[in-house]
Amino acid sequence: MKNEFQVIAELIEKEKKVLDVGCGDGILMEFLKNNKKTNIRGLEISKSKVQECIAKGLTVIEGNAEKDLKQFPDKSFDYVVLSQTLQAFLDPELVINELLRVGKKAIVTIPNFGYWRIRLHLLLKGTMPITKTLPDEWYNTPNIHMCSIKDFFHFVKSRDIKIFKSLAINNQNVSIINNSNLTIKNFFADLGIFLIEK
Amino acid sequence: MNTENNIKTLIVKKPLKLDCGKTINEFPIAYETYGSLNEKKDNAILVFHALTGDQFVTGLNPITKKDGWWSYAVGPNKAIDTKKYFVICANVIGGCMGSFGPSHEDPNTGTAFGTNFPVITINDMVNAQYNLLDHFGIDKLFSIAGGSMGGMQVLQFISNFPNKAKTVIPIACTSSHSAQNIAFNELGRQAIAADSNWKDGNYSSEDTIPNKGLAVARMAAHITYLSKKGLQEKFGRKLQEREDLKFGFDADFQIESYLRYQGSVFVDRFDANSYLYITRAMDYFDLAKQFKGNLSDAFRATRAKFFIISFTSDWLYPTQENKDIVIALNSIGADVGFVEIESDKGHDSFLLDVPDFLNALKNFLDKSYIEN
Repeated sequence: MKNEFQVIAELIEKEKKVLDVGCGDGILMEFLKNNKKTNIRGLEISKSKVQECIAKGLTVIEGNAEKDLKQFPDKSFDYVVLSQTLQAFLDPELVINELLRVGKKAIVTIPNFGYWRIRLHLLLKGTMPITKTLPDEWYNTPNIHMCSIKDFFHFVKSRDIKIFKSLAINNQNVSIINNSNLTIKNFFADLGIFLIEK
Repeated sequence: MNTENNIKTLIVKKPLKLDCGKTINEFPIAYETYGSLNEKKDNAILVFHALTGDQFVTGLNPITKKDGWWSYAVGPNKAIDTKKYFVICANVIGGCMGSFGPSHEDPNTGTAFGTNFPVITINDMVNAQYNLLDHFGIDKLFSIAGGSMGGMQVLQFISNFPNKAKTVIPIACTSSHSAQNIAFNELGRQAIAADSNWKDGNYSSEDTIPNKGLAVARMAAHITYLSKKGLQEKFGRKLQEREDLKFGFDADFQIESYLRYQGSVFVDRFDANSYLYITRAMDYFDLAKQFKGNLSDAFRATRAKFFIISFTSDWLYPTQENKDIVIALNSIGADVGFVEIESDKGHDSFLLDVPDFLNALKNFLDKSYIEN
């Protein structure tokens, strides 16, 4: 399982009720179910991924976070997880609001557009950056609202969203992001993980 | 239990009060089973059939001599694996395959009930079938499953008996029959009524039965079970055993011939009055209305695990109507999974060889059974 999922799993206590938005093939869900006795649900847009989740015995609803989160009642999950998908929504702000409405807390991870390799790619090559985390070309990428760790940090602060924990991942290294090291982390981390609440 | 003409029948002794106000006593429920009930009695699946189905789910139907209606899904090693599970299916009351219905003799008149049979509802159907649990000594079913009207029965069953099933699989159905669905059913009923042989339902004592009306009803309904794309791909404008148009009203097109055939074989196995009663039951189905408009309340008492399945090309019970059930369940935090299966085969997809559907069904059941 990728490092990101391990970090997310560590943020979630045992026997909680969790919704994984954009759960993909259910790897994180399976891990949480088996290791944390999590009461876990998934929401996934891809039919084939939903099938993979069913084959793993996971409870998944085929659907779209922008349209289908509204059916869940307020604070009906202890945690709502959104892994590397925020940038793909037409209206990320609406999705964030929905995550925080449905979940008592939300865990959001974002591929960091402020990462130095991305900056360097654009600076030197002059073309849209392609990295391990962001492998698509400009014309076929689902990512239409990229942001940096700093952007997201400012975004949540400006909307009175509480940050419980913010972590930077660079390869296998996980470190805490705070106000004083934000600029550095925004340069060296390729992924940001935020535990937030409203 | 009686076994007559290959039909197993349970005579229900307990009086059943119907929604229409009448009470029925000592009435027969015809059923069939597949696989065997294990010692713990925790492997039973109650399957509910659709409008024109019957208790003969799989294998050879001993009456029609054709494959059972869910042969693709139910059987050894299939999605509903009869090596593992004990499958029970009953003919609905109002039906014509042995359960109490309009073709049964009215003791007061000595002739068939016809339209003197009480109007029944989906609720009445599941209440009648519930007696099978006592009959087999099953405290809790592992699953209940069904498509179309079978799915409606699934929803009604878990609402009436929230602790009697661990998993719940409504397929290609709705919680409330739409105006379009009622309209198509009314078309079928009027086709039957327009047949001079129908005689307000009193046809059974004579040789002449309303075959033509029932065949037209079936033809119209059959179109609603398919998709435009499926029809176009299978038939297009292909001609039926002729080189060119005949400038007449015979079946020039293959689709015409196909529909006529579907109509003609249907009348051999189905009773016109049953068709009226069962379509009426479907039209009356509105689970939300039973709970003052709040569908979620229908499921509030159950802890069962739901899995809802719809099909992309099903325009009779479209995905949105299936999703409304998902939404009602999510709004009370129920355990519900949902998938829309890609298929060109229309509403009939649930009866056909649609691998994505059959795999999803099998995986859901088998994984849930392990966790059971």
